[in-house]
Amino acid sequence: MNNSVVNTARLFGAGLRALLVLTLLTGVLYPLALTGVAQSLFHDKANGSQVRADGRVVGSSLIGQRGYGPGYFQPRPANGLGTNSVNTRYKLVLSGATNLSADNPKLIRSVEQAKAEVVKENSTARYKVRPSQVPADAVTSSGSGLDPDISPQYADLQVHRVAEKNGLSVARVQKLVDDHTEDRTLGFIGEPRVNVLELNIALRALLAKT
Amino acid sequence: MSPVLAGVLQLLALVAALALAYVPLGAYMARVYSSDRHWRVERWIYRGIGADPDTEMRWPAYLRSLLAFSAAGVLFLYLLQRLQGVLPGSPGFDSVNPAQSFNTAVSFVTNTNWQSYYGEQTMGHVVQTAGLAVQNFVSAAVGMAVAIALVRGFARSRTGELGNFWSDLVRGTLRILLPGAAIAAVVLVACGVIQNFSGIHEVGQFFHGHGMGAQQWNGGAVASQEAIKELGTNGGGYFNANSAHPFENPTPFTNLFEIFLILVIPFALTRAFGVMVGSVKQGYAVLATMFTIWLGFTALMMWAEFAHHGPALQAAGGAMEGKEVRFGVGSSSIFAVSTTLTSTGAVDSFHSSFTGLGGGVAMLGMMLGEIAPGGTGSGLYGMLIMAVIAVFIAGLMVGRTPEYLGKKIGTREIKLAACYILITPALVLVLTAASMALPTPPHSMLNSGAHGFSEVLYAFTSAANNNGSAFAGLNANTDWYNTMLGIAMLLGRFLPMVFVLALAGSLAGQRPVPVTAGTLRTEKPLFTGLLVGAILVITGLTYFPALALGPLAEGLAS
Repeated sequence: MNNSVVNTARLFGAGLRALLVLTLLTGVLYPLALTGVAQSLFHDKANGSQVRADGRVVGSSLIGQRGYGPGYFQPRPANGLGTNSVNTRYKLVLSGATNLSADNPKLIRSVEQAKAEVVKENSTARYKVRPSQVPADAVTSSGSGLDPDISPQYADLQVHRVAEKNGLSVARVQKLVDDHTEDRTLGFIGEPRVNVLELNIALRALLAKT
Repeated sequence: MSPVLAGVLQLLALVAALALAYVPLGAYMARVYSSDRHWRVERWIYRGIGADPDTEMRWPAYLRSLLAFSAAGVLFLYLLQRLQGVLPGSPGFDSVNPAQSFNTAVSFVTNTNWQSYYGEQTMGHVVQTAGLAVQNFVSAAVGMAVAIALVRGFARSRTGELGNFWSDLVRGTLRILLPGAAIAAVVLVACGVIQNFSGIHEVGQFFHGHGMGAQQWNGGAVASQEAIKELGTNGGGYFNANSAHPFENPTPFTNLFEIFLILVIPFALTRAFGVMVGSVKQGYAVLATMFTIWLGFTALMMWAEFAHHGPALQAAGGAMEGKEVRFGVGSSSIFAVSTTLTSTGAVDSFHSSFTGLGGGVAMLGMMLGEIAPGGTGSGLYGMLIMAVIAVFIAGLMVGRTPEYLGKKIGTREIKLAACYILITPALVLVLTAASMALPTPPHSMLNSGAHGFSEVLYAFTSAANNNGSAFAGLNANTDWYNTMLGIAMLLGRFLPMVFVLALAGSLAGQRPVPVTAGTLRTEKPLFTGLLVGAILVITGLTYFPALALGPLAEGLAS
């Protein structure tokens, strides 16, 4: 009995030492070395792909933002985003999805409402959006709530509104969207997309020029 | 190009990449675990541990070392979280409460990486890198060690010796996971995954005015953790949104690359197995079984998601709820299947908002025992247990003592295999039933009806199979779920390992049976067919009633 207690303690000690050595290797040296490599070779990317405009940082090209005015392109809904519930001295955005099921009445309602709003807000005096034109990404929340992209269909659908609100020609705004439409990587990986922040930065630059 | 065609092409590209890695990586892993030579740094480590790496262990000794190492892991990770509040380098984050600390410690040590916390607001740099990321490495290495011990059981004769746990652990970490993760992490950073140690800081926003000028960001060693999170089939995200978060998975390419990382070791281990038992054809037969199931599930998932049944998805015109534009439906489906058919549980899209049948495919993938191709190590040993069951069934059909790889499957062996396959279903079904019957646990459901039940069933399926993904609407940060899911993870990880190692010991002690005309040829397609059939029938019979109440009811209603 006494012997087995001693043996167990000895074995646990070996386990603990193994853990500490491997922690030093995989939990201290590895991340530090990698941070060194990342910071020297890919400095901008390792720090969040920050985008500058008008002489200041306006966000990350990877992280979707909210609060664009009606004259700008709008991102996807983000009903799954939260705010932090612990460590509340910070005002953190909690990434996340709604997790609502496909048959949840709340989700059905929010999709229908979003669709009606997209149709209403993007219809102008000379251009009427049909509900069938609204793509799925315009009325659903993304997985992260931080999706930086919209589909080219959703961007195209917003062109008339953006042109009208800013007194630009539809063709000019459409060209802006086309220039910012990224195709699938190598033609088949992922889906075509438009980065909303980059598009809006270009739009603001265009407005400043005209 | 249509999204469906793009999805299929991505699948083909993935298969091609995995095929290229199969032989070299598999052969390399076989060499790692068979070599007599120690690296100098490994000798230092063994001296630090105080263990002789050349001592052969019988199964009880191997198991005791494994359990001691894992127990130290749980204790260390638990204390690290409980002490976070006083540790430097944790941007002033508070300590984590006891129930959540227990759940998280168990979760990462068991290779589950179930998360009842929000990464960005709960865990600081120290816990993430020196605690959670370390277990990403070593829990995967422990899984591989057990698989290799079982392979040695088949390969060796008239000895009870299965190798040395410390040597297998250290070599798996140093020679396989660490170099793999380092290369993968650099690729990820090059594509935009962040890697820094800045604390929480403010960054400007496009729209400023009305007090909305800035956003607060977490810095973090994300790429270094993301790489091993996928390569070690762990799955615990740095951020709550896991691999849907653009800082973890910024581009369509990184998405495909992360799926590759998830699958590459589990598939290639079948090659190491073939090499070590002296017949690469036996490895191909196991590979073919895994690949058939994986491909079939991927096809089913793509079909379900592209068809987007379910009233909300029909109204939206596509299954984009919980999915990112850059990935789309196609590669999100491949990711979802690959993460649930392995023990990963990372997600690039949220399974709870998948179609009813799509969610069911994810759940069924875990219920198979995560063997196609399964977790790092756990996939191979899980599949070999199923192979033992399959030869037993075949033996019953022809009335002959079953054998596999020259070893008799006698009473003791089949009892151990049967115990193995009974553990997880017992945990899943009993704990799900208890959660439904008790008054308060059902309050944690976000959705109601069949999907609400699915949330609970998914949680226990995920925990007991050490997956870690979720129908994440369920509020699992309660004492009941933190504790019960923790127990499910512990028993679901270590009890099966006890039976695997006992089986390995018993196989290693046998003398080999010569191959005769009556021997079932386990390297032939007939056996692969039998094995796939046995897996589907056994899982189907076990879980059909529960699946009928959840995803099937939801899927067939829409």
